[in-house]
Amino acid sequence: MAEKILLKGNEAIAIAAIRCGCDGYFGYPITPQSEILETLAEMNPEKDTGMIVLQAESEVAAINMLYGGAGCGKKVMTSSSSPGMSLMTEGISYIAGAELPCVIVDIMRGGPGLGTIQPAQSDYFQIVKGGGHGDYRTIILAPASVQEMNDFVELSFDLAFRYKTPVVILSDGVIGQMMEKVELSPVKPRWTDEEIVRLHGDWATTGKTPDRKRNIVTSLDLDPHRQEQFNLKLQRKYREIERNETRYESLLCEDAEYLIVAYGLSARVSQKAMEMAREEGIKVGLMRPVTLFPYPYDAIAELVPHVKSILTVEMSAGQMIEDVALAAENRVPLYFHGRMGGMLPAPEDILKLIKSIAGGTFDSADVPGFNKLWLR
Amino acid sequence: MNNISDIIKPENKVYGKSKLLLDKEMHYCPGCSHGTIHKIVAETIDELNIQEQVIGISPVGCAVLAYDYIDIDWQEAAHGRAPALATAIKRLHPDKYVFTYQGDGDLASIGTGEIIHVCNRGENITVIFVNNAIYGMTGGQMAPTTLEGMKTATTPGGRSHLTSGFPMKITEMIALFPGVVYATRQSVDTPAAERKAKKSVIKAFKSQKLKKGTSFIEIVSTCSSGWKMTPVEANNWMRENMFPVFPPGDIKDETGL
Ligand SMILES: Cc1ncc(C[n+]2csc(CCOP(=O)(O)OP(=O)(O)O)c2C)c(N)n1
Ligand code: SF4
Ligand SMILES: [Mg+2]
Repeated sequence: MAEKILLKGNEAIAIAAIRCGCDGYFGYPITPQSEILETLAEMNPEKDTGMIVLQAESEVAAINMLYGGAGCGKKVMTSSSSPGMSLMTEGISYIAGAELPCVIVDIMRGGPGLGTIQPAQSDYFQIVKGGGHGDYRTIILAPASVQEMNDFVELSFDLAFRYKTPVVILSDGVIGQMMEKVELSPVKPRWTDEEIVRLHGDWATTGKTPDRKRNIVTSLDLDPHRQEQFNLKLQRKYREIERNETRYESLLCEDAEYLIVAYGLSARVSQKAMEMAREEGIKVGLMRPVTLFPYPYDAIAELVPHVKSILTVEMSAGQMIEDVALAAENRVPLYFHGRMGGMLPAPEDILKLIKSIAGGTFDSADVPGFNKLWLR
Repeated sequence: MNNISDIIKPENKVYGKSKLLLDKEMHYCPGCSHGTIHKIVAETIDELNIQEQVIGISPVGCAVLAYDYIDIDWQEAAHGRAPALATAIKRLHPDKYVFTYQGDGDLASIGTGEIIHVCNRGENITVIFVNNAIYGMTGGQMAPTTLEGMKTATTPGGRSHLTSGFPMKITEMIALFPGVVYATRQSVDTPAAERKAKKSVIKAFKSQKLKKGTSFIEIVSTCSSGWKMTPVEANNWMRENMFPVFPPGDIKDETGL
């Protein structure tokens, strides 16, 4: 049995990075994720594994440090929260365009603007649909527990290097701050410089040796024909990612009459509501997308003919619901419940909503945060 | 008169193109300083025999394609962000030589934050700063280094400090940081100046080897196209107008080299 310790989600991310052989972390403080940088600074992995930890002067600098480190074939990571992610989008676009691997953690807080330091899920459009300029995607993993915060770090590095793409761990202030027991991942050594040359010597800037051509890390190609071909190559890669890497968790969906779709913390809360509804004899199932790109459209679409309706629960004004709608293709009624500004959905409220849906009175549902704006 | 073929013999050769300068035809305008500065950088890497240990970072600006001309590993940064890339590359590869090559728009305008913090942290890298007082690549708009009264596409009446500030002396500024070990201003307008500029590039790379801190080389340069001058006019204009504001010479040298 591997060690199990009580950790905050943010601490789990930091510890997992060190244990999986991360070479460098570059970040800028912002609530509610500063514990990641602080934990790393406190643990000072440089003395044990040689991993570099650096407080950058801004998120703009941090993401460009990631670009430089990733271009060397090193395992590099940064973390931030919503306003910082806005600053990072330029760099993420360049990293995607240069086809470099890296891991980015977004512990979401409410917006727009400075908004609040309280948790939210309102970066979905920004992170999942692109955010920066150009036709690129990033792989997005949405943890729903501290254990997954730990597990997804190594998984993210694996995916980032397999597909040479940025991978984003999209979480929120609750999961970042809450404490749960975690089984730590096994310790892996960092790649040696020789290993990097062997594994990534065909693209990484490791110093030009006589046995190879110079490596150039760039996202620039001024020739429109070649630029289109490059874009097609990216799209082929994204299709491959869709085929191979779609992940989700479906709970009690087999006999479900009412389906809830939710990710991250909203899925945790919805799971509780589902259990309460089941106790009252209402057949509710939960579909939790684990990857937000690639999105489990097919898995949701397969459930659609078997359910009476779908309730999407988010800590936003309704962002992921657009993907639920794509999967549902107008075949069943869609309902939405969203809390914003740092307010959290409550299981009792979701239960009430399920009952009102089952009773045909959703439009007059009486729960905090319910709003006629959510009627579509 | 000797026959020319009697003269072109290996034993008579006194100077040749560095083997690190690739045969690709450069896209720079006639009279542009970038080509000469590339040559100096290539010769330095060649003479120090460090090709396998160098990683260059090219900017956004006319030198964006520097990686097409010098035979080393390169990364191409977003506009102004080269110093951030260089920080990570050097931290993760402390034994490599890392340099950024940046124009005045790239370094002194959009990338001011990044360059200041690299210098303040004293990152052990070399910065080559090509100051041609204009945005060459985008068609000759005002740069932070544009001289007062100078006409550009965005200061058609001439730059006035009343609306656009003064020409920014970034090298004097960064010389104030304790982390900066070498701050010098050079030019490449004559063969003698070129030799001096090359000496400072060599010194900067040697100081990196000794892990001394940031070395920063400004090269006051011409942009004949942006300035709308012939190469000869541009050189003369630079000496008469830019040197008084950006006087060549060492501003700080604590390399001990
Ligand atoms: C984010 C961003 N903003 C603006 C540009 C457009 N742009 C390209 S090069 C350049 C100015 C370059 O000037 P300088 O750094 O002085 O280089 P030079 O061409 O003079 O050598 C600008 C504004 C860009 N590529 N990216
Ligand atoms: S526009 Fe100016 S800086 Fe650019 S290549 Fe021409 S002369 Fe050089
Ligand atoms: Mg310029």
